[in-house]
Amino acid sequence: MLVVGLAAAMPLAASAQTTLRIGMTAADIPRTLGQPDQGFEGNRFTGLTMYDGLTMWDLSSADKASVMIPALATEWKVDDADKKKWTFKLRPGVTFHDGSPFNADAVVWNVEKVLKQDAPQFDPSQVGVTASRMPTLASARKIDDMTVELTTKEPDSFLPINLTNLFMASPSKWQKFYDTAEGADAKAKSQAAWAAFAKDASGTGPWKMSSFTPRERLELVKNEKYWDKARVPKVDKMLLLPMPEANARTAALLSGQVDWIEAPAPDAVPQIKQRGFILKSNESPHVWPWQFSRVEGSPWNDIRVRKAANLCVDREGLKDGLLGGLMVPATGTFEPGHPWRGNVTFKIKYDKPAAQKLMQEAGFGPNKKLSVKVQTSASGSGQMLPLPMNEYLQQALAECYFDVKLDVIEWNTLFTNWRRGTKDPSANGANATNVTYAAMDPFFALVRFLQSSMAPPVSNNWGYINNPKFDELVTKARQTFEPAARDAALAELHAASVDDAAFLYVAHDVAPRAMSPKVKGFVQPKSWFVDFSPISMTP
Amino acid sequence: MFVYVARRIVYVIPIVVSVALVCFLLVHITPGDPLVAILPADASQELAAQLRIAYGFDRPLPVQFGLWLWKAVHGDLGHSIATGRPVLTEVMRAVGNTVTLAIAAATIGFTLGLFFGLIAGYFRDTWVDKLATSIAIAGVSVPHYWLGMVLVIIFSVQLNWLPAVGAGPGGSGAWGWDWEHIRYLILPAITTSVIPMGIVTRTVRALTGDILSQDFVEALRAKGLRETHVFRHVIKNAAPTAMAVMGLQLGYMLGGSILIETVFSWPGSGLLLNSAIFQRDLPLLQGTILVLALFFVCLNLMVDIAQAAIDPRIKRG
Repeated sequence: MLVVGLAAAMPLAASAQTTLRIGMTAADIPRTLGQPDQGFEGNRFTGLTMYDGLTMWDLSSADKASVMIPALATEWKVDDADKKKWTFKLRPGVTFHDGSPFNADAVVWNVEKVLKQDAPQFDPSQVGVTASRMPTLASARKIDDMTVELTTKEPDSFLPINLTNLFMASPSKWQKFYDTAEGADAKAKSQAAWAAFAKDASGTGPWKMSSFTPRERLELVKNEKYWDKARVPKVDKMLLLPMPEANARTAALLSGQVDWIEAPAPDAVPQIKQRGFILKSNESPHVWPWQFSRVEGSPWNDIRVRKAANLCVDREGLKDGLLGGLMVPATGTFEPGHPWRGNVTFKIKYDKPAAQKLMQEAGFGPNKKLSVKVQTSASGSGQMLPLPMNEYLQQALAECYFDVKLDVIEWNTLFTNWRRGTKDPSANGANATNVTYAAMDPFFALVRFLQSSMAPPVSNNWGYINNPKFDELVTKARQTFEPAARDAALAELHAASVDDAAFLYVAHDVAPRAMSPKVKGFVQPKSWFVDFSPISMTP
Repeated sequence: MFVYVARRIVYVIPIVVSVALVCFLLVHITPGDPLVAILPADASQELAAQLRIAYGFDRPLPVQFGLWLWKAVHGDLGHSIATGRPVLTEVMRAVGNTVTLAIAAATIGFTLGLFFGLIAGYFRDTWVDKLATSIAIAGVSVPHYWLGMVLVIIFSVQLNWLPAVGAGPGGSGAWGWDWEHIRYLILPAITTSVIPMGIVTRTVRALTGDILSQDFVEALRAKGLRETHVFRHVIKNAAPTAMAVMGLQLGYMLGGSILIETVFSWPGSGLLLNSAIFQRDLPLLQGTILVLALFFVCLNLMVDIAQAAIDPRIKRG
């Protein structure tokens, strides 16, 4: 009888599917065609789930910094004679979701989708989110089926790290759509093929697209044939739902409509915990800074002033008070334990007497305050709580003889002005700007701010920093190809920037997310990204 | 009647062109770069210039407007910068969801508004009138996004009766007027209905009171007509004005409420506008505003024509 009962129950147990439902902060499903939009949230949900790059981030540890590891390439090396040429050995036996093989042709095809304007698959809409993340990549060439050569415009040791952002889409699947697409010319057919591909995507990642309703939901199912057996997802389905409003996300979690939400409403955190939900957070490669103007006449040209500002902010107070614990005090772009931290000698901490002393040495005091103006926004991606946080700084710095004026503008405008620089009229005379930044790779984290040639209009050296030591260290890091030595060079660059108090370093975001206690096995890494594979759901 | 309708249609054309021009200019004169959505701030100048040309932002504004309007007339509102999807498809899907919400909200709002308005008008200056008027004032005064949150806290978070967000178990792609989907509609529809309910109540109350004080009502009663017959006459006299108010309210609702749709993640035109604004997706923003304006204008046109059909005095005017 028992055997009969068990046998009857077994099909039910076998068919019980587990689904992980996630409320994203995005207002729309990030693009699904291989190069997601919406910044790193896009990469998190529709990039790293359905696709792989030649390299990827190790997201397995909550304690160590996420580092780059092999993915679809198993090994790579730069040419000894020509440092602009790289050879990548590809992982054998990998197939796309549509069953077609991943090989050197697929890599060349994917490089050309964003770099070669006369290639049929060239898609301008994917260029913006790709080319800027690998600015030196010039071309790709097949050597044999499982070997590919990539060429950069200049020697650049950062290339393997940057390649984490180039996701491999299936050329065969795209070609099928192209062959049947309607359009007046090749360009129109290509656009139609990409539109069709976005609705029925095919990558090599651990998750496969099963259904997609734009702006509403994306349903992914596990890829049983994923090349890394250890990362075959444990849940059967993952449902991604855009929920841009924090209170709506929180209500969806509390009412059991979803199992996981990104960035819960901060004032609901106590209720979330009280009702048995789990709050996860970790130091993120993200910096909330003031970026100083360094043009002639700027008050920040005096290193005593820059150091004083850094010493005058009680970051622990900011964390425990205003931000309810949801930040990590910043003592640089990278914190201790990170391979690019380096031997920093200027210890950033709260030391008001030291800050006041420095300001007095610089000629300021209670009766002679230093007037500074900072441009910021009222909201924005990664800006955390920009207005209250800046008002906190305003009050804190007042005790060190600063008179801070805030110039609050709309986020997109601030972002545009970031590129234009402090000399542009759009800066409104501000001598600092408050734009947060991602610090995943060396170019984004350091080079674009510190190298003199990255001054506007080239990139984000908003304040026209022109320090020969930084330039020298950037070149050294770019041209050091042995990974450990490259990391050491980057650490040297970072330490030099902190010792020079290049920015007012305030906070790192902690990527808070709340989830049902049914969600098991989740590791929140020190990264913008998440590995959904090890997650399981208890009934 | 034909001349009246033709004249009204001709009047609509300059309105639509003006709306198109205003929305085109408004989104172009705001500061910031429209390519921010797809172009990281550290992208090269060359890349930015390349994309600016690809999207036609390098051309003079009048040329951009002319091309945009020409294509719009031919049913092509361009492609969203952020997603690459055709704007028209995006807008029509969102408008469909908003229409669903508006129909539900209008049914609730107009039914309750008529009910409260009529009883308040009939029982003027009694406690019934005061109660109905208070409800009407509350309806137009309460911030509806706040009401939405309160309803979510009570019915979703605390009681767990109704879903807090979304358009249905399978999204709006699988929409049907079945209980599983209606459950998702109830809270946003109630929240959306409170303003039209309040406005209709106040309008109908005033109209009813006014009509009841007129001589012809006394005459009808003097003739011995039953009160239900008198009531029919009251409704007929109140209908044109009430319809105009309802039409306007329906127009507002079809425009979508950014706040309500955002609070409930309802995938309608309000939420679409919200994301177009935040992503600075100019083609999507322009297309959405244009389609919504057309809806509004068409709805007003239909209301005008319906009013004229009911009340011959309007045609003469």
